[in-house]
Amino acid sequence: MTSLFEVVSEEASADTPIRRLTVTVNGNQHTLDVEPRLLLAHLVRQALGLTGTHVGCDTTNCGACTVLFDGSPVKSCTMFAVQADGHEVTTVEGLASASELDPIQEGFKDEHGLQCGFCTPGMMLSAKALLNENPDPTEDEIRWALSGNLCRCTGYQNIVKAVLRAAAGLRNQEDAGEDETS
Amino acid sequence: MYPSRFSYDAPTTVAEAIDLLRRAGGEAKVLAGGQSLVPMMKLRFASPEMLVDINNIPGLAYHSADPDGTYRIGALCRHEDLEKDAELVTQQPTIAAAAPVIADPIVRTRGTVVGSLCHADPQGDWASVMSALGGSIVAEGPSGRRSIQCAEFVNGPFQNLLEFDELAIEAFVPPPVGARSGGYLKLERRIGDFATVGVAVSVESSGDQVTRAGIGLTGVGPSTICAEAAAELLVGQDLNPETIHRAAELASEISQPRSDHRGSAAYKRHVVATFVTRILSSLELATREAA
Repeated sequence: MTSLFEVVSEEASADTPIRRLTVTVNGNQHTLDVEPRLLLAHLVRQALGLTGTHVGCDTTNCGACTVLFDGSPVKSCTMFAVQADGHEVTTVEGLASASELDPIQEGFKDEHGLQCGFCTPGMMLSAKALLNENPDPTEDEIRWALSGNLCRCTGYQNIVKAVLRAAAGLRNQEDAGEDETS
Repeated sequence: MYPSRFSYDAPTTVAEAIDLLRRAGGEAKVLAGGQSLVPMMKLRFASPEMLVDINNIPGLAYHSADPDGTYRIGALCRHEDLEKDAELVTQQPTIAAAAPVIADPIVRTRGTVVGSLCHADPQGDWASVMSALGGSIVAEGPSGRRSIQCAEFVNGPFQNLLEFDELAIEAFVPPPVGARSGGYLKLERRIGDFATVGVAVSVESSGDQVTRAGIGLTGVGPSTICAEAAAELLVGQDLNPETIHRAAELASEISQPRSDHRGSAAYKRHVVATFVTRILSSLELATREAA
């Protein structure tokens, strides 16, 4: 199957504007030539093969395509890839290390914070950004922070529990870290 | 979905950006937060030949008060920057109340206040807020800078008074006459929806007398409505229940809501009056008893 990324490249003629960009995705630097109209979502999915980023509504409503852009959650269907030139992007694939899951992922696993799983990558990245800023959020703060991410299975109850558990997990991790160093 | 093909440049100075706009001869659009422009381009409601991305221009992400109290919001100040500023509640209560109810949290990390004002969506929140505050847009073009009152800046749906080679570099709110108070209330069916009704109120006061006031209405007309008669009625008065009631009635009367999936016209009118009353009554200035 021809990917959308390739379609854009194949259509390219001599007068097609092509821009070179260098972007760091999940810690790895990539340099690519793209058309300015290539969306960030398609850059990570088609050009880099990171299909954990889901494109849901494609109209800036659902938040399924959320990635972290320099640490802030953004809708990757609503940014052009060229805008990421010189910036850092984290996708859901960047959460886990080789040996262990991120506490956010542990939380979603333990609390069954997903049903079909389509919204999950976006949910986890929005949650990650929240916990980076606020390690001990209230339930209200979690609901507020996730209000740009839609779950059509309506599993919100468990998603909120998952983030609460992840927050507790992260705090325990930090406490354990402090104990080790003290 | 892809937008139609466009060329792209990301200048690093305002002068370069203006030059690119000038050379594009009206076929370019400015890309700031892109949270309205990009969806419109994907749906092909907008097909600019060129995008001038201003995100790489340093020094435009500010929001701050001058010593004289003039409050300035730079072209790259995101909604979230205002939402996270704890001091804004006392400095600019109307702006502080509006920032957290713009779109949804993810959009707020990218979207800009000045970009929203330029986008000129007839149902946008910031136009009501800035109109109530008597704010202006500063435009810079090849021949220099000029200020345009926010209340006059929009001259049609998705249209503004900028020339094609002008860049909106900031929005500003003039210093208050006396103390500043106010608020913004938005009724929305769900987060991220347009306002069913939005009401922005700005009150400036000296002692217990209102010195200046502004009321802007979102979602209850073909575009932003300035409820001038309601605001003028407050000037020179103290905020007693009778004055508040009359201002709320006048604001409701000037609104032109239409019945739609968000509610009936009568319901929306009722909400306008309720919100005006609620905001004014919540101000420290408000008195419990009629004078």
